[in-house]
Amino acid sequence: MIPPAQPTTATPLPRDGLLADLRGGGARHEAAIRELHAMLLRAAHFELRRRAAALAHVRAEDHADLALQAADDAFVAVMRKLPEFRGDSRFSTWAYKFALYEAAVRVRRRAWQDREVVLDPDSWLTVGDRAAGPAARYDRAELLAAIRRAIDTGLSAHQREVLIALTIQDIPIDVLAERLGSTRGALYKTLHDARRKLRAELTAAGHDLESLAP
Amino acid sequence: MTDHDIDRAVERLLGPAGPEATCDACFDHLDAYVDREVSAGDAEQAMPELAAHLRGCPACAEDHESLLALVRGRSR
Repeated sequence: MIPPAQPTTATPLPRDGLLADLRGGGARHEAAIRELHAMLLRAAHFELRRRAAALAHVRAEDHADLALQAADDAFVAVMRKLPEFRGDSRFSTWAYKFALYEAAVRVRRRAWQDREVVLDPDSWLTVGDRAAGPAARYDRAELLAAIRRAIDTGLSAHQREVLIALTIQDIPIDVLAERLGSTRGALYKTLHDARRKLRAELTAAGHDLESLAP
Repeated sequence: MTDHDIDRAVERLLGPAGPEATCDACFDHLDAYVDREVSAGDAEQAMPELAAHLRGCPACAEDHESLLALVRGRSR
């Protein structure tokens, strides 16, 4: 008998019927649960390999622990959310996102574990100051000055801190959320509101933001 | 710091111009977005608010890149 062809993908697709078995009972359900966990563990390892540079200082055995923790938490999330799966995507894509999310959050937090997070709203003031030559062109200098005014006068202290931490200091949002006892969603809402205020103030001051990406 | 660096900083400060999804909504629909990217290739047009969020949120953008790479069966 000819064995089935090995999938060429880095992470093989789950077999047909996995979803039905997860929703069912009996021995097939137990086997499906093991299959799902293995699938999530492969996805967690996939994410850790992608983020290897951020974990260069972490021991190899700790990588395995991180992947297993991520897979375990993703498994719990998938099983809890299973009744909500409506088939808007392939089941594998839906399940993988939980494992990737859990692994990515762990990577970001681990990478920053020994780093102090110093919120420095004034760090933004250095943007552009060291630029030479063309950076001093009137239009760019004028826009930078207007942004500085809008940040200083139009935003609350919390909005200023979050905006600068996430966009200028490059502190990952999951790390900032952990240190501030907040959530990714709550911090992004703060960032979103701050950006809307900045845009409104700049537009009111006559700056053309249409040409700016994204 | 080059002019390009400054422009990138301004872009990050100001974020996407149009309406955008929240982080929670992004997570809820990221799988459908990625499958649509892979199959029909029109995810950005079909789900513009999610696409805008991916331009404005580096963490969700990383999650998106990873899911897309995994679904496409390749890693960087």
